[in-house]
Amino acid sequence: MTAAVVNPAPVVTGPKHKWWQHWGEETLSAYLFLLPSLAIFIVFTFFPTIYSFVMSLFKWNLPGKPVFIGFENFRYLFTDSLEAPIFWKSILNTFYLALGVPINLFISLMIALLLNRKLPGVGIFRTAFFLPAITSITAISVVWMWLYNPAQYGLFNSILIKLGLPLQLWLRDPVLAMPCLIMMGIWSGMGYNIIIFLAGLQSIPGTLYEAAQIDGANKFNLFKNVTWPLLGPTLFYVLSVGMINSLKAFTEIDVMTQGGPLNATNTMAYYLYQNAFQYFQMGKASAIAVILFIMLLILTWVQFRFIDRGVFYE
Amino acid sequence: MNRPKAEISPVSVDSHKRWQHVRKDLSTLMWYLVVTLLMLVVILPFFWMLITSLKGAKEVFAYPPTWIPQHWQWQNYLEVWKEAPFARYFLNSTIVAVAVTLGQLTSCTLAAFAFARMNFKGKNFMFLLFLSTTMISTQVTLIPSYMIMKNLDWIDHYQALIVPFLANAFGVFMIRQSFRGVPRELEDAAKMDGCGRLRFLVQIILPLCTPILASQGLFAFMGNWNSYLWPLIVTNSDQMRTLQIGLRYFVGDGGTEWGVYMAAAVLVCLPVILIYFLVQKTFVESMATTGLKDI
Repeated sequence: MTAAVVNPAPVVTGPKHKWWQHWGEETLSAYLFLLPSLAIFIVFTFFPTIYSFVMSLFKWNLPGKPVFIGFENFRYLFTDSLEAPIFWKSILNTFYLALGVPINLFISLMIALLLNRKLPGVGIFRTAFFLPAITSITAISVVWMWLYNPAQYGLFNSILIKLGLPLQLWLRDPVLAMPCLIMMGIWSGMGYNIIIFLAGLQSIPGTLYEAAQIDGANKFNLFKNVTWPLLGPTLFYVLSVGMINSLKAFTEIDVMTQGGPLNATNTMAYYLYQNAFQYFQMGKASAIAVILFIMLLILTWVQFRFIDRGVFYE
Repeated sequence: MNRPKAEISPVSVDSHKRWQHVRKDLSTLMWYLVVTLLMLVVILPFFWMLITSLKGAKEVFAYPPTWIPQHWQWQNYLEVWKEAPFARYFLNSTIVAVAVTLGQLTSCTLAAFAFARMNFKGKNFMFLLFLSTTMISTQVTLIPSYMIMKNLDWIDHYQALIVPFLANAFGVFMIRQSFRGVPRELEDAAKMDGCGRLRFLVQIILPLCTPILASQGLFAFMGNWNSYLWPLIVTNSDQMRTLQIGLRYFVGDGGTEWGVYMAAAVLVCLPVILIYFLVQKTFVESMATTGLKDI
């Protein structure tokens, strides 16, 4: 790498140039600078992505050899009488979990509006709300497993008893397990959203509010006609990031429920993992990866399109 | 707008003002009340984690649960180190996170320099290529990456935990943005003095761009320290587990020592929380401007 920099001028001898000499010194050096990143991307991003697509066309149960079966994995996932119910359920669960995202945004926005004030001590509150966002999801999951403990000494159950309500099984109840995960997700995801919302709120010029107030706008009008439209891009950004993260959610499921009970919390991301690393059906798992990839790509594409359309007021 | 101002007598203006003051004070008070309540709700799981981590084996199962431990059981924190190789987990997580952070900063800086300060053939294509990596999620590359690790015989080695994360397109873009802000005149002057590119980067640009490097380094460290899925599949032995995986197996063994488990959870999240408090301002600002969380 240093060689190219120390000795920048390529030695040109006669009319017969080597092909790379046509590139010029700057281009060559630039590619040397890009090389470390590029090498990692090629080996661990591009090649695996293509390989995933290829593998999805094979039946490959480790430790056996791969056999080409065309689109059979996809047909199997969507239509097989044993497989399809679980797979469809995992798709439904994925969207069910994603339902937490808009709820999260609503709560986060309300709190951000509350915290968008210059009062003494507001920094402490902001720190407190942000704390869950930097804590590892593994530790958070362990703590919430304890909160959701199904016995009477579990914190949530002890509160229910105090209120005269029946005990719940929480994570072990097929109906309640997913709402439990969503609730924890809201708690742990809120801090990040609040920070982004606060940044968005603070970037709205104060003169706009003053102008509106002079025109006699009340607080609700201010929110509806100034804050909301100007916060639109931020909102959209946070929504798409939240959706993408929700589609990829894995840690909390693996730590808390392992997809259970009765597949009630088995999402696509988790089902992929189960197929690959518990049942060793690499072909089928790759097919799920391809479907998930396409879903994520659509989300990202929508996100970029909205940015293109100039949702960002600048 | 069309208030009949002239008709208000001095006395009524005075009382009006006083009423406004009271109203303002009341609303401030309400604000503190509401925000404090909300904060207590948010803090509750942390509080419960800490309290439980200091309870004895019996008290953990007491009903109704105690809000303050009857006997402060500091031994729980010692038990953690005895019952599982947490020292080893700490070492592994530290080695991996530090290596990834340094590696990422190096590769990102180099690439960012090329994109920010050099003209070369295929620049736009390369840029798009880098950009496209941000759309590909871990799940999609998971199985083939695992196969690569298996074929390289890297499973259960540090390389498997480090090498795939030595590049980061987000980091490249953020650092590039900052490099572009360095004035052209500086580069020309350096060139006139016979300063090569790499030297210009290391001696002139880098010192000017330390804030962005610090925040990118922080993200890399934190993201890696907290990562779960990849370490889960490429480590088998207790010796190679990172903290997160170690914690998961420690708790997932079906035991009931919740006091010790909570102590372990405290130990796992403490380092990042401490770093956060040390560099809080940089942290929040860069998170707000870059919008990065999941690495």
